[in-house]
Amino acid sequence: MSSGGARLLAVVLAGATVGLVAIGTLWPSKTAAAFASGAQFTTSAGTPEAAVRSLGEQIRAKAYGRAYESLANKGEFSEQQFRRDLTSGWPDLRTYADLSEFQAQPLHATDTDATVRFKMVWSTVVGPSASTKDLHLVKNGGKWQIEWPIQKEPVVPPQVIPVNYLRWDVINRSSADDWGAQDVEAPHVRIVDMHPVQRAEGLVLLGELLNEDVVPAYVSVTATLLSKDQKPIDTEGSFDDISHQLLPKQVTPFVIRFPNVTISQVGSVRMTPFSTLISASADPVIEIQNEKLTPAPDASLTGQLTNQSGQIANVAHVLGTFYDQQGQVVWVGDQYVDHALLPGTPVAFNIHIPEDLARKVSSQRTVVATYSFGGAQ
Amino acid sequence: MPKSIEAGSPFSIQSGGSGKGTLYIAGPGQFIKQDVQLGSSIEVASGSLYNAGHYSVWLSSDSSTKTGSIDVVPAQKPADITFIAKPSRLPVAMHNAITGSAYVFDSYGNLITKPMQVSFQLSNAGSAPQTRTAETHNGAAWTQMDSATREGKAQFVARVGDVSSTRIVGQVPGDPCNIKMNAKAAGNKIQLVTDPVRDCSGNAISDGTIVTFTETYGAEKTTVDVPLKKGVASVEIPAHRGATISVASGVVLGNQIRWAQ
Repeated sequence: MSSGGARLLAVVLAGATVGLVAIGTLWPSKTAAAFASGAQFTTSAGTPEAAVRSLGEQIRAKAYGRAYESLANKGEFSEQQFRRDLTSGWPDLRTYADLSEFQAQPLHATDTDATVRFKMVWSTVVGPSASTKDLHLVKNGGKWQIEWPIQKEPVVPPQVIPVNYLRWDVINRSSADDWGAQDVEAPHVRIVDMHPVQRAEGLVLLGELLNEDVVPAYVSVTATLLSKDQKPIDTEGSFDDISHQLLPKQVTPFVIRFPNVTISQVGSVRMTPFSTLISASADPVIEIQNEKLTPAPDASLTGQLTNQSGQIANVAHVLGTFYDQQGQVVWVGDQYVDHALLPGTPVAFNIHIPEDLARKVSSQRTVVATYSFGGAQ
Repeated sequence: MPKSIEAGSPFSIQSGGSGKGTLYIAGPGQFIKQDVQLGSSIEVASGSLYNAGHYSVWLSSDSSTKTGSIDVVPAQKPADITFIAKPSRLPVAMHNAITGSAYVFDSYGNLITKPMQVSFQLSNAGSAPQTRTAETHNGAAWTQMDSATREGKAQFVARVGDVSSTRIVGQVPGDPCNIKMNAKAAGNKIQLVTDPVRDCSGNAISDGTIVTFTETYGAEKTTVDVPLKKGVASVEIPAHRGATISVASGVVLGNQIRWAQ
């Protein structure tokens, strides 16, 4: 390159750098603004709804300090407690989540106080997770301030919890063994129920899988739809709509979705359950309390999970199987609980049931799969 | 030249003519080249040809090449048996559920295709062994056995001549039979404990097996999946007057209790 060309390139690069710095200064990203002291957030608190929106913006930008400072009842808790209320004190789904969207819905207002429903949708590693808080606001000096309904982190008292848990470990055959030498047998599993349901988005296969062996199993289910002339239409797996780890005699529901397929196209279904041995522990034991079916509209299964063991379950996946009066599976729903399950501390769950199917639901069964840091337990 | 020999056997080839020549033998996985003196007996040493199959032979001299062939058949004496037993783990009291397949080989690893009698024996501690005999067809023999009614490890042996191979088959308890639980008050909770859970042959169900307790009260219910520990399942659940409590494991239901306190 000639010296003239190099000089021109240097001038262009310098100009671009100055330009980008100017753009970043004048129109910073929300996250960057959170770390700056500027007033880039919507700080209007002229109405209750605007005050909640401002708080939502600050939480979305992870500007927890500024959000805390804006609260009316900040004297009741520390900034750290406020931050933990939003992001969890123990590692769980919320710890690694971002607030992707929020809504502020006014419920009630007078001249001096108001109530606004604050719906938050968090992006977690397993998909969106919604939570709702009804916020009470008070008017202080012409400005609306939020009284944050903090849920203080439960404190597990210092203690020693004796655990004589069961654990299975697996030693497989080695490559040096004779080809006729036995390997450890894969767990015997069986599909005990299967039922297709036509939904607007496509065909959904619902079913239940039983581990009928005496050893724990890692399981999944694959299904192939065959046309009436026995040609394959599509093959799909249960992905995470199943409890992958089954202890002996444990049953899990599963869901397999076939988008854009109608039941009239299908002649038969080839189901392929898969199982393999897995090192596993029988703990933690999770109690599912106060399970309740709420009928349509807004049909749901609610309840609480209580960890009866000493080990913290960082992520819990709740799967609900819904049956009609004949005992046939009509729907399977699930929810990831975004808070860690601490010993003896109930955590609520809520599984939505499609309204058209809710009328058929007569009974349900719930299972919980838990994951602790270091792998499935 | 012999038409066939047993694997590993020595043999000789009568050659005509005179002078020096070269013997070539090519077959499955083997190739031999040997300088020979024509007009005498050419000796091929023991262990030279050992892979069973069809071999081509060339004897060449400066003036001519003669060709022939020889078949190497497996040795008659079994030296090894490969035994596949399936499954390695199964419930007790299953009819013809254990299969054993034996493949008989000579000392060079050739499958012995000549029919041979293979005896199979499944031995369980505390009961008479089951014995079957089967003849090999194309080198393989197989049989079926019943699993015992008592849990434990069984020795499954396949034997031919003085050669044998042993596999271990784990016989595990079947489904629970007659699950029975008892309930008693424990403060504001109910303590539920099962009797020792056994299968229909009387074997204790393995620890870790999941037992599900379900308490139904009004429109609500509480469910706990509890693994068996030391043969019993035990849990404490909230007490609700008039609640119905049931117990199950897999597809087997146990008794029901109505809590009146």
